[in-house]
Amino acid sequence: MSVKLILRDKEFTVKPGMTLRDALSKIDVLPESVLATRQGEMITEDEILKDGDEIKLIAVISGGYANAAIETVLLR
Amino acid sequence: MKCNSCGGKAVVQMRQHKLALCANDFLEWLPEQVERFIKKYKMFTRSDRVLAAVSGGKDSLSLWDILWRLGYSVDGLYIGLGIDGGIEYSDQSQRLTEKFASERGLQLKVVCVPEVYGETIPDMARRTTRGKTKPCAVCGLTKRHIMNRIAYEGGYDVLVTGHNLDDEAAALFGNTLNWAAGHLVRQWPVLEANQPGLARKAKPLCRIYEREMAAYAMLRGIEYIYEECPYAVGSKSIYYKELLNRMEADRPGAKLSFYISFLQAKENGLFAPHADPKVEQLHSCPTCGQPTSAPGECAFCRMTIKVK
Ligand code: SF4
Ligand SMILES: [Zn+2]
Ligand SMILES: [Zn+2]
Repeated sequence: MSVKLILRDKEFTVKPGMTLRDALSKIDVLPESVLATRQGEMITEDEILKDGDEIKLIAVISGGYANAAIETVLLR
Repeated sequence: MKCNSCGGKAVVQMRQHKLALCANDFLEWLPEQVERFIKKYKMFTRSDRVLAAVSGGKDSLSLWDILWRLGYSVDGLYIGLGIDGGIEYSDQSQRLTEKFASERGLQLKVVCVPEVYGETIPDMARRTTRGKTKPCAVCGLTKRHIMNRIAYEGGYDVLVTGHNLDDEAAALFGNTLNWAAGHLVRQWPVLEANQPGLARKAKPLCRIYEREMAAYAMLRGIEYIYEECPYAVGSKSIYYKELLNRMEADRPGAKLSFYISFLQAKENGLFAPHADPKVEQLHSCPTCGQPTSAPGECAFCRMTIKVK
């Protein structure tokens, strides 16, 4: 009985029956930093995870603006 | 969870707005919000010619999509940095950006740094003291120069970038930790072109959470580069974003109110313009015409001339 959560190349397993929000806190992933999909559908944090579920987590925080602070100065 | 608009199944929950929406309603709601902020901060109108700086990432491509759907006339500018990092970062992002533009019949200008300036960003960085450890400063300087040049030469009224709320809040956080008065004085959703050679700039996504931008890209089916620029790893801005998101988890809306109360405080005169030490003594670069803080050539021209 397990639920799989996949984030980039990492895999986590949690027990079924908990919400996505609880699962994220178990595996220490900030809910604000990911989107979760089940079978290609986006799901909200109150969703109860069922046995056999495979949840794909998509990281949403990017440092593409690693120079955000610098840019604020320069882009005047 | 139910959609607050139609009662269907919600796919996005936004705690900071106490709002949950289904895919269709979210795809309608987000552009409306962007439109609201374009008007609120007087960014541009439908008669303006807009140039969007696009990187192939979720924020800038979604921004371009939204502005296009809202009926603005907006071209794209892609800057090829020549960054590989084992994942062909620049090639992939250029390919995705070109695909995006051609699918929508949009105009895309491509400036390839290695072709125009003879060297990739990492190579350029290795030659200069500025970029000894990380190419980001050289990269930022180059992007800013090219964006200004293309916007100015092309006669665009405004240049837009995909900075989202998390970017702005992280920059604000960093600037506040350092009490960087000059940066704090300048940070705003719009930067006026108050010097010759400069383009007017705006950030239409400045109040939209990064997570919402990713949700928009996904639900809209926009193919964006998921991989990070390899040099972004371990950057300060990612660290600040994480700290802010820790707060956000306990107190929904924390990062939004951090940013908005800053804007309000500024409107109420908290930061005097003369707190910006750079503002008085700007000169024009004799080579490119863009403003620089010291007489003589600007940092960008000095850097590229060394290369040639
Ligand atoms: S992380 Fe650094 S090198 Fe990479 S695109 Fe951003 S500023 Fe340029
Ligand atoms: Zn709905
Ligand atoms: Zn110059």
